[in-house]
Amino acid sequence: MSSNIMIYILVSALVSFGVRVLPLTLIRKKIENRFLRSFLYYVPYVTLAVMTFPAIIEAAQEPIAGIVALAVGIVLSWLGAGLFPVAVCCCISVFAVQYILTLF
Amino acid sequence: MRNDSLKKEISEGLRDGLPIGMGYFAVAFSLGITAKLAGLTPLQGFVSSFLNHASAGEYALYTMIASKAAYAETAVLIAVTNIRYLLMGAAFSQKLRPEEPLLSRLAIGFGITDEIFGIGIARKGFVNTAYLLSAFMLASLMWSAGTACGIAMGSVLPACAVSALSVAIYGMFLAIIIPPSKKDRVVGALVAISFILSFAAAKLPMFANVSGGTKTIVLTVIISAAAAAMFPKSDEEGGEA
Repeated sequence: MSSNIMIYILVSALVSFGVRVLPLTLIRKKIENRFLRSFLYYVPYVTLAVMTFPAIIEAAQEPIAGIVALAVGIVLSWLGAGLFPVAVCCCISVFAVQYILTLF
Repeated sequence: MRNDSLKKEISEGLRDGLPIGMGYFAVAFSLGITAKLAGLTPLQGFVSSFLNHASAGEYALYTMIASKAAYAETAVLIAVTNIRYLLMGAAFSQKLRPEEPLLSRLAIGFGITDEIFGIGIARKGFVNTAYLLSAFMLASLMWSAGTACGIAMGSVLPACAVSALSVAIYGMFLAIIIPPSKKDRVVGALVAISFILSFAAAKLPMFANVSGGTKTIVLTVIISAAAAAMFPKSDEEGGEA
């Protein structure tokens, strides 16, 4: 059973590795096509935005805590705070909202 | 001089890798509980998380192990769950120096996760290998340790702590996408549209059977392609994220 699990893990690891390295090893030059360049320029922002919302609300125990974290994160990033301060403030705000909710 | 800049890249990599790792630890901890149900030992969980490092992919893997699925079936499911890395990799290929050697391309490729991709894209100009790998190593060890701890300790960590830690990742995403939204109106509008459509895809019952990873790919392709057709970037703007 135990060796079976290792085979599953290795199969999955190989597939994951292939999917990850394929584009980086195949595309070695600057892409000249304007549509493709624009597309690839927009991809990261769209992907990250899609993954952030509504997941941030579902990640918190209480949806309202997630909404507060979202607002805190947007405001602080807008004001120019870095990755780490924004991440920490989001965590603290979830913790704080959850704590306040227990008071009622 | 060269040494100094290498040190700087590594320390910045560790600095940006730490908040990622914190979020990873929390998410991996809960993933560990799933892995335990599939029969993994803490060591197997550590190895599996270090080699796979993908939350959705690993979740899929552990459910496949639990249901004793065929290896080929597992391979297909993992490919589908992780297919967004093909897209991210293509976008990321434009952030690497064209002369970047094969070995470091393989190492960087191995280290692509949603979050490492995110911080890499946020760097000005071409991204440095040492920066990426130091961020990845720290975050990935915390991810692997989180999985092992989740398997070993189950539900020792109070739920409110897991809940607070698990938003760290999204806080970082916001710190990556909001500043460019301020500078570039098109990006700002795309972020807003992405939020709305992603919310709709998550809530509308007709998409209930579509996995999160698939929704991410489909929405990314549609929204980015529409934006590229309507608002193509000129050559000077296009390269720097």
